[in-house]
Amino acid sequence: MRAINKNWSIMTGNEAVALATKLAGVKFVSAYPITPQTAIVEKIAEMVANEKMDAKFIEVESEHSAMASVMGSELAGVRSFTASSSHGILYMHEMLNWVAGMRLPILMAVVNRSIGPPWNIWADHSDTMTQRDTGWMQLYGESNQEAMDTIILGYKLAENKDILLPIMVMQDAFTLSHTSEPVEIRDEEKVREFVGEFNLPFKIDINKPMGYGSLMPPDGPFMELKMDMKKSMYSGVNKFIEITKEFNETFDANFPGPVEGFMMDDADYALITLGSISSTAKHVVRNLRNQGKKVGLLRILLYRPFPKDLVINYLRGLKGFGVVDRSSTYGPFGSLYMDVISSIYGKLDIPAANFIAGLGGRDLRVVDFEEMFMRIMEGEDGEIWINAGVK
Amino acid sequence: MPFSIPKEEYMMSGHTACAGCGATLAMRYVMKAMGENTVVTVPASCWAVIPGNYPNTALKVPFIYTPFASTGATISGIREALDEEGKEDYNVVGFAGDGGTADIGLQALSAAMERGHNVFYIMYDNEAYMNTGIQRSSSTPFGAWTTTTPVGKDRVYKRENKKVVADLMMAQKVPYVATASIAFPEDLIRKIQNAKKIKGPKFIQILSPCPPGWYFNAENTVKIARLAVETRIFPLYEYAEGKFALYKNPNPLPVEKYLEIQGRFNHLSPEEIRTIQENVNRRWEELLEREKGKVIP
Repeated sequence: MRAINKNWSIMTGNEAVALATKLAGVKFVSAYPITPQTAIVEKIAEMVANEKMDAKFIEVESEHSAMASVMGSELAGVRSFTASSSHGILYMHEMLNWVAGMRLPILMAVVNRSIGPPWNIWADHSDTMTQRDTGWMQLYGESNQEAMDTIILGYKLAENKDILLPIMVMQDAFTLSHTSEPVEIRDEEKVREFVGEFNLPFKIDINKPMGYGSLMPPDGPFMELKMDMKKSMYSGVNKFIEITKEFNETFDANFPGPVEGFMMDDADYALITLGSISSTAKHVVRNLRNQGKKVGLLRILLYRPFPKDLVINYLRGLKGFGVVDRSSTYGPFGSLYMDVISSIYGKLDIPAANFIAGLGGRDLRVVDFEEMFMRIMEGEDGEIWINAGVK
Repeated sequence: MPFSIPKEEYMMSGHTACAGCGATLAMRYVMKAMGENTVVTVPASCWAVIPGNYPNTALKVPFIYTPFASTGATISGIREALDEEGKEDYNVVGFAGDGGTADIGLQALSAAMERGHNVFYIMYDNEAYMNTGIQRSSSTPFGAWTTTTPVGKDRVYKRENKKVVADLMMAQKVPYVATASIAFPEDLIRKIQNAKKIKGPKFIQILSPCPPGWYFNAENTVKIARLAVETRIFPLYEYAEGKFALYKNPNPLPVEKYLEIQGRFNHLSPEEIRTIQENVNRRWEELLEREKGKVIP
């Protein structure tokens, strides 16, 4: 991390996340090392050891235990954090469901990395896409600034009394996690005020003993609790818009909120993306606009809950669009594509292609985005793999 | 001065355990020794069902349900956060069965003990996966029938010796380790009171006979737990900050006395019973050696 002035520093995405946990007043951190996440918890351990961060840090023996221990600490009423990647996320799958069901507003930073075999440590979204239905909210950032800001916004959203759900905050492996960018460091005092005190309404209290997760038969409120989780999560879209507004006013910032439309106003064709590849896509949009082509980009930042109404509004009027999935999942199409298509079903009738691209860190180049735009402008649809063939 | 068991009850009637359940006695005595400033965590196990269905609970303390493998990790987080909140006087207790301790939860247990959190880990040992209907665990003793070690024509019932987790914990030099029995409640409670004096990780393994799993009549639970100690099948010991003490019974009963009233052993041949007796004798000698200060490999 290298300071430019009081408020700005050059830092990696991992450093931005670590610093954000300190700013947000995290009091307990438990984690297990995995590339490319490790630098986050190393930085936190260093800050704690040097009394720059007032928190307890423990290194546990697995990701399953990392999530179990932050469940315990949040139940005890202490704002908690962990970070992981890739196989670590899969290993904690059971616990991810459990803490969401417990309604604990835990934040986890995820540095998105592929899933083996074969071993591969580079960026794609397969790790978190496979966890999209665990009851966690998911935010995919595009820059190191967003790596910091999504942590701050995330705690405020997660801990909202009407929501109380955990959030995964994503950044792409290496492209962000290990690459330095200028980041405006948010003022610590203002962040504390913005996020507020953590006050879990049902925290462990010996004067109010109760069972946390007691057995519930079919006629118990099991189904009602699941319904409430879904309802709470989806109230998060509007809540996120409100919180974004407050954040931008407080910090004089430019955080986009659940989705970002880039040159979408009069667009005929658009791509939909997640994460850091959006920057390259925007560059291509600008180039094509200069050539007189009416194209745009829709970036999804809040993936769970899926902001379907916002997406419909952006897509209305297009002649065609493409959805870029940077993950390997095994439904009929990519995950993001299926979410988009099911959201517009019966409302919009637009040709739409599904591009599978950038798996295992394969670079998404300018020519790749140019190809995607050409193909949707030619009216192609179905699943198309980009820059993939016999190697 | 006669030792008395605390009168306070933290486990109420109306729980859903089987008649004669040893694990309920284990919880009742443990809670009497712990007192009201206690937070209990249980993994998947009989004890995840015994407190009763939502919104009821048979326990008068906060009771946290956690997935099977995670007891050690969950209590670690609770402990550190309570300390952060200034609630250092709370007892943080993990209460897990033998499957959740010796098998799927061993990694999280060993790690929590190594990290040195100020917690209690109580293993109620009913020597098989009882909540799922009597399947072998690594804590099931040699010779026992279970549904996954059936006594078929091949006589391939549990052929391996019991993994004694308390021994593993001693090997790891956990500051306080003990074995205890529901048939010796004063000893059990005294051990927890001793453990409370140590700031650090504590591990106590309590033999908890299971009528449907071990095939005996419900009125014999305490009798069988006592026979386990009297035959030296389940020796009672205490290992506190490096010092080892063994509860001695000078006139041990033959192991048959323990085996013969449990259906899970009724297929054993005299030769197999002899093997069990020899193993018990050998282990007893080892424990005596350990008490003399010799390091047992």
